[in-house]
Amino acid sequence: MAKSPAKRTRPFSPNIQIYRPQLTSVLSIVNRITGVVLSGFAVVLVVWLSAAAAGPQPYATVQAAIASWAGQIVLLGCTFAFFLYLCGGIRHLIWDTGYGFELRSIYASGWAVMAASVVLTVAAWIASMFMGG
Amino acid sequence: MDRQRMRSPLACANGLGSAKEGVKQWWMERVSAVALLPLTLWFVASIIAHTGSDYAIFIAWLRTPLASMLMILLVIALFYHTALGLQVVIEDYVHSEAKFAALVAVRLGSFALAASGILATLRIAFGG
Repeated sequence: MAKSPAKRTRPFSPNIQIYRPQLTSVLSIVNRITGVVLSGFAVVLVVWLSAAAAGPQPYATVQAAIASWAGQIVLLGCTFAFFLYLCGGIRHLIWDTGYGFELRSIYASGWAVMAASVVLTVAAWIASMFMGG
Repeated sequence: MDRQRMRSPLACANGLGSAKEGVKQWWMERVSAVALLPLTLWFVASIIAHTGSDYAIFIAWLRTPLASMLMILLVIALFYHTALGLQVVIEDYVHSEAKFAALVAVRLGSFALAASGILATLRIAFGG
């Protein structure tokens, strides 16, 4: 049986292998990727809360995993993904009100999202180190 | 035999096109996003503030009515937003038979995780 037109493999448009990445398109897919990644960390949140509810020993086990080198690197990535998604989300909410669609505004807000995410991630970790002593 | 041929042209066209429910999905994505702005920032700030805290101090904080309530609200908004977002991602990229199973798994998984998170918070809030 011949494949229906909808099932036939068709080339992507735009062809993402030869298309030059732009800030706009990169931030668009980054917002989606960080959203999916943060879904995984939402599961970690529930595991962490459940461990805390189960008692000091389970909680200490989860805290030890987070405090390990691998855990800290993952947590750093999680922090950056969170602030990227947060700032990107605010940018989207502003677009939803109908503002900020001029090309200049789109690039300005895009770079602002990048800069704010880096600054907030660094600030959060410095504050955490300060609190941790 | 082709079932479509037994139906009137109007019957073939009815039910196609907009399901009239896309606006609700789009709107609830935004409503949950607005809820998550203060809730996630509160959570991150609280976690930073408790970096050096031991178990007893952390539990004592989470047991306060405000912290318990905000944590439950965070879990609800978080998994509602997650369910809506992952649904769109699956609908965009999964076109195989796995699509239906993935959509059901995301919806049910989000419910289960939200329930687990709420239960854990309540156990801490009302635990002895």
